[in-house]
Amino acid sequence: MRILRFAQDDSNVLRTLGAVGPLIALLATCVFFATRSDRFLTGDNLSIVLQQVMVVGVIAIGQTLIILTAGVDLSCGTVMALGAIVMTKLAAELGVSVPLAIAAGIGVTTLFGFLNGLLVTRINLPPFIVTLGTLNIAFAITQLYSNAQTVTDLPEAMNALGGTFRVGGTSVVHGVVVMLVLYALAAFVLRETASGRHVYAVGNNPEAARLTGIATPRVILAVYALAGVLYGIAALLSVARTGVGDPNAGQTENLDAITAVVLGGTSLFGGRGTVLGSLVGALIVGVFRNGLTLMGVSSVYQILVTGILVILAVATDQLSRRGAR
Amino acid sequence: MAGGDSTALVMEARGLVKRFGHVTALDHSDFELRAAEILAVIGDNGAGKSTLIKALSGALVPDAGEIRLDGRVVHFRTPMDARSAGIETVYQDLAVAPALSIAENLFLGRELRRPGVLGSVFRMLDRKRMREESTAHMRELRIEIGSMGQPVETLSGGQRQGVAVARSAAFARHVVIMDEPTAALGVKQSNTVLDLIRRVRDRGLSVVLISHDMPHVFEIADRIHVARLGKRIAVLNPRKISMSDTVAIMTGALAPDEIAADALA
Repeated sequence: MRILRFAQDDSNVLRTLGAVGPLIALLATCVFFATRSDRFLTGDNLSIVLQQVMVVGVIAIGQTLIILTAGVDLSCGTVMALGAIVMTKLAAELGVSVPLAIAAGIGVTTLFGFLNGLLVTRINLPPFIVTLGTLNIAFAITQLYSNAQTVTDLPEAMNALGGTFRVGGTSVVHGVVVMLVLYALAAFVLRETASGRHVYAVGNNPEAARLTGIATPRVILAVYALAGVLYGIAALLSVARTGVGDPNAGQTENLDAITAVVLGGTSLFGGRGTVLGSLVGALIVGVFRNGLTLMGVSSVYQILVTGILVILAVATDQLSRRGAR
Repeated sequence: MAGGDSTALVMEARGLVKRFGHVTALDHSDFELRAAEILAVIGDNGAGKSTLIKALSGALVPDAGEIRLDGRVVHFRTPMDARSAGIETVYQDLAVAPALSIAENLFLGRELRRPGVLGSVFRMLDRKRMREESTAHMRELRIEIGSMGQPVETLSGGQRQGVAVARSAAFARHVVIMDEPTAALGVKQSNTVLDLIRRVRDRGLSVVLISHDMPHVFEIADRIHVARLGKRIAVLNPRKISMSDTVAIMTGALAPDEIAADALA
């Protein structure tokens, strides 16, 4: 009896930890680096962290939606790179107007998201395999279309979101605002609308969702397509930040986006988590990279730390689930 | 409760046939459900009771035969058809989403939106109203749960089943079909759910109860529909027949015409 009660308390503790844990981890990380480097807690440095996080942050919104349905998208970063190549090539080399080029790039990433969704819902393939396939397809198309060359000499308008405005003495990149607005929008839809709650229901208990009349395949298809739209917007941010179309972009984002979502407390088993958690997760990774760089630690250690964090986050999720059963 | 022929039939099926390849799961089966009664459907494995229930709830389409609801012929193609006709089904495997709140589960797929622009343009959910209506509804069914905002996974098995039953009772206009509602539950929790089923009937809904549990069937059923070899072989009055004779009829050890006439309902 005593043991039983203890076990129950344990699971509650873990569940609560799942909700506020990421935020505590982020704060702890910030405190740690603030004591290690005088430069860490400056406005300019924090602005740089946000700027470095904005691309993976936007991708992570799409990734969160997909993981909430108990899926996963390994192709996210690569599809973003394809979108970036399409929009830059159209604008810089084919003389297409900037808005149209951007629309075409987002169109292509949306198409890929839609394709992922179709394969998952119509042919019932596991998302892991589907997106592993589209990861390679998107990568190959990107390399072929760009001849593996970086696209440069972009029209000025293409980089507009890379421009800055000043808040107090700190300059903030427009793209960061775009990211924050998208997070607010996603959080609103997931929390306050029926469609959002259906995403949770589909991931949590697909059978129950179906039996209550929710069109489960339609929800999943919409989520993958919407993720594609977000990858397109991330592509635009990536172009604006770097000023070029890079065919080799997105390689680290593929897994970093999943890392951000998992660190943010969203369950890989679906149905649990929040999109704002993913923002916190992306910031944790960003702060770690930034802080370790400021301390002069080699980037290999940054990767090592990220790996350990991911396993810790997934283990917490797994243990809290075992407690809940 | 077990009235004569004058009792109105809420739902009726005649000559239902369903074949799966060489197997005839339903072989001209009949079915009659009266207003505000609990009708237990029993039968051995392979007797065709789950096929019958699936036909009634729209989960499958029979090859032949007709189903009437309130005297009108209905053709259910999907569970949604049955639901919009006023028939709700509670499934065996506790069909709730554990991570969502009680109120969210009660209104899953039928969410209420806020009035005005917030609801029509911004599609915002009316959480407050859903929570209030959930509370009122659960209180009416005397399901005691603290807060409608707590996730279903924090509830016991009996309470979870209570949520599933309450959801069906809230939206059904004619019939609630319950597939083994007590199968996963302990004794005390089962009793709570049985009480709940009685209250659903007392509110005027008809309940179809599929169960293997004879004591539960005898405790709450008004009539017992016995399925055997794809047919309805008898409808029994649980107050006039013993549990062992019922099981004997169900398994074929006893023919329905061998029992006293007043045991038939």
